Amino acid sequence: MLNPEDLGKLARALDMTREDEIGCDECFEQLDRFVETELADLDAAVAMPLVQDHLEKCGDCREEYEALLRALRAEQGSTSVSLIWARLRRLFGAD
Amino acid sequence: MKQRSNEEWLVALRGPERDKAIRDLRAVIVRGLKVNFAGRVRGLDETAEDFAQDALIKVLNNLDSFRGESRFTTWVQRIAVRVAYTELRRKRWRDVSIQEVLERHEKSGRESDALRDRTSSPERETARKMMVETLQSFIAEELTERQREAMVAVMFEGMPLEEAARRMDTNRNALYKLLHDARKKLKKRIEAEGLSPGEVLEAIGEE
Ligand SMILES: [Zn+2]
Repeated sequence: MLNPEDLGKLARALDMTREDEIGCDECFEQLDRFVETELADLDAAVAMPLVQDHLEKCGDCREEYEALLRALRAEQGSTSVSLIWARLRRLFGAD
Repeated sequence: MKQRSNEEWLVALRGPERDKAIRDLRAVIVRGLKVNFAGRVRGLDETAEDFAQDALIKVLNNLDSFRGESRFTTWVQRIAVRVAYTELRRKRWRDVSIQEVLERHEKSGRESDALRDRTSSPERETARKMMVETLQSFIAEELTERQREAMVAVMFEGMPLEEAARRMDTNRNALYKLLHDARKKLKKRIEAEGLSPGEVLEAIGEE
């Protein structure tokens, strides 16, 4: 049941295995704070190491984390653009 | 759309401004999903609208569980992403049974045996073979049938945890724990034999 190419995958997974891993539910609970920490340019991996660890090991959660980050970055981007426009409009007395 | 604080969102969604707030929230969700689906999901607009509707219902049913630990819209987007990706995975893997995945794995093993990499040295090949056999026996002795199945499907064949869980009548969180237990058991066994996962990697030339 173990193909040669599985061996490396398994050995790496075992190398990373630790006693105190969290599950998907706990990761999900903390994901919004994790992502906001990251968006604030703080080190989320250091602040929440168990979430970071889970994201490295769980493809499902990692996929959702990356999607959430992209969505929020886009939102943040459009917010700051609209704030700049608002400021410019005020500056030029258009409002 | 005007910016709202968390409190303003909650008040708006529960008060007379509800319809307007729901429209705004739907727009936030749709934008977030479109950013992710662009170029990757066919029928982008409809799909994003459909998922946004499902997510919105979930959000409105769970408003009381928002604890204010993040921005409200972050919490909403998190739920929307979960709803959307659960559905995308379900669609992508719809026609694949776990049996098929296990058989595919079995078959790919036989083929890769035949096409063995001839560039690596005979010593390396022998070491690799011994490691495969050793770990194989640990797996057989330490893991349950269920743990073995989950390991092959998720770790080796790349089936999403969520999809494997659905087929195994459990949920994603429980399946992660089951695999975590399996990894811990194998690691302990390797260490009990005086080895470490790092040494296994070294032996097969993948440190
Ligand atoms: Zn997970």
